[in-house]
Amino acid sequence: MLQLQKLTKRYPTGDLALSDVDLEIPMGQVLALIGPSGAGKSTLIRSINRLVEPTSGAAILDGENLTTLSAGNLRKARRRMGMIFQEYALVERLSVMENVLSGQLGYVGFWRSFLRKFPQSTINEAFRLLERVGLEHMADKRADQLSGGQRQRVGIARALIQDPKLLLVDEPTASLDPKTSRQIMRLICELCDERGLSAIINIHDVALAKMFVPRVIGLKLGKMVFDGGPNDLTPDVLTDIYGEEDWEATIEKVDDEDEETA
Amino acid sequence: MSEASLALGRTWKRPPIISNPILRWTLIIGALIYLIAAVMTIDVNWSRVYEGLERGKKFILAFSNPNFSDRWTDIHEGMLESIVMAVASTVAGIIISIPIGLGAARNIAPLPVYLICRGIIALSRALHEIIVAILLVAIFGFGPLAGFLTLSFATIGFLSKLLAEDIEDTDKSQAEAIKATGSSWLQWINFGIQPQIMPRLIGLSIYRLDINFRESAILGLVGAGGIGATLNTAFDRYEFDTAAAIIIIIIAIVMVLENTSTFIRGKLQ
Repeated sequence: MLQLQKLTKRYPTGDLALSDVDLEIPMGQVLALIGPSGAGKSTLIRSINRLVEPTSGAAILDGENLTTLSAGNLRKARRRMGMIFQEYALVERLSVMENVLSGQLGYVGFWRSFLRKFPQSTINEAFRLLERVGLEHMADKRADQLSGGQRQRVGIARALIQDPKLLLVDEPTASLDPKTSRQIMRLICELCDERGLSAIINIHDVALAKMFVPRVIGLKLGKMVFDGGPNDLTPDVLTDIYGEEDWEATIEKVDDEDEETA
Repeated sequence: MSEASLALGRTWKRPPIISNPILRWTLIIGALIYLIAAVMTIDVNWSRVYEGLERGKKFILAFSNPNFSDRWTDIHEGMLESIVMAVASTVAGIIISIPIGLGAARNIAPLPVYLICRGIIALSRALHEIIVAILLVAIFGFGPLAGFLTLSFATIGFLSKLLAEDIEDTDKSQAEAIKATGSSWLQWINFGIQPQIMPRLIGLSIYRLDINFRESAILGLVGAGGIGATLNTAFDRYEFDTAAAIIIIIIAIVMVLENTSTFIRGKLQ
């Protein structure tokens, strides 16, 4: 469904952030992208929806090459790609509901969005999603009044109301505590499963990635150095990606029982 | 002897900003000589000051006995004109400043637009209100129209510049998230940028209203209408009691504006 062909990004400073990345993601597959800071994980997902313009190569979503789209067609294509951010990136001074509805901006005209007169079906869907992420009573709260975990749930609802085919998820748990991190990862993976979405999840917590995803990609200095299942992540592989370290504790089977509650 | 004890007794001083001592002392002594020379060039005529003190005393004493009634019609008209001028020019200035401010923010405007908008701002800020007012009075004649145009022009320079700087300081990730949804440019501004700058825009607008009102009191001196004209006439006639009344009213209005602005900004955060 999504194919990356020799995707390359060189920043104006000369740094090669991505180097000939080839990747194919089938429909409905959730994969984790791991790698050290500066490996190009963020650049990779931003090159897909062109928040960062790739230097060369192609990103093909459902047969359409995203890298050559005109501005107008790019906006249409972005509707099919929901994005979830590291620091949630909610618009702090807007209400929870406005933040969720902003996911529909690609579908409504300027005046409708300016006057906040979204179609009733959109509003129904927004309430349904807020209920699904457990925040239906928070609709009129301002986004900056929520806790980290709640904010990320709003971020998830905002991405899903776009009715995307693909989720681009950038370090969703980096600013959350360990328990909330697991809940958020579980929520993202469940929702992808329910809706048949593909997802690329940048994550630096290797143990967390292993718990939830069936496929892991390792990125190092802009190059793909690993592609396999979570159980293929041996200490040797991790050393290859991150450098020398004692990896035994990281790849231990994580105990997943005492955090099932909300 | 351990290593730690060797470090005892070592002195430390903050390194000077200019490390070259010759350059440093030349600058310090040069600045002192300039200061002394500059003060010595001021030519004070002490006997003139002594005479003037008497007039100053009369003026200050007039505040204890301000005269609101004799010229009330003039004061009333002038004050109303100033308020109308200040409000109208602030509103017009804000409406024009918003697009210019957006264009002058490097993070959202393309380079040519940015340069043009920064050019407009620089022009507006380079010319002082009084100079603009003299020019506009020459073009449009005496009266509040020249004052209104002057203050609108000055508002553009002030508001656009500060607005643009606030836009440049906005959180990039919030705007990026809105862009990623496939929003149009206007929707992106409306959802991603506007909520972040709104409190500052409102605060600055009220502050500018305050400035425009005070400026409108000055512009009367060059014939651009408003309470300044009335004040000028009062001075010319040595009617210090009337002048005191006008100044008291100006102070009162500025204080009301100041408090309103503080109150509204407090509510906005």
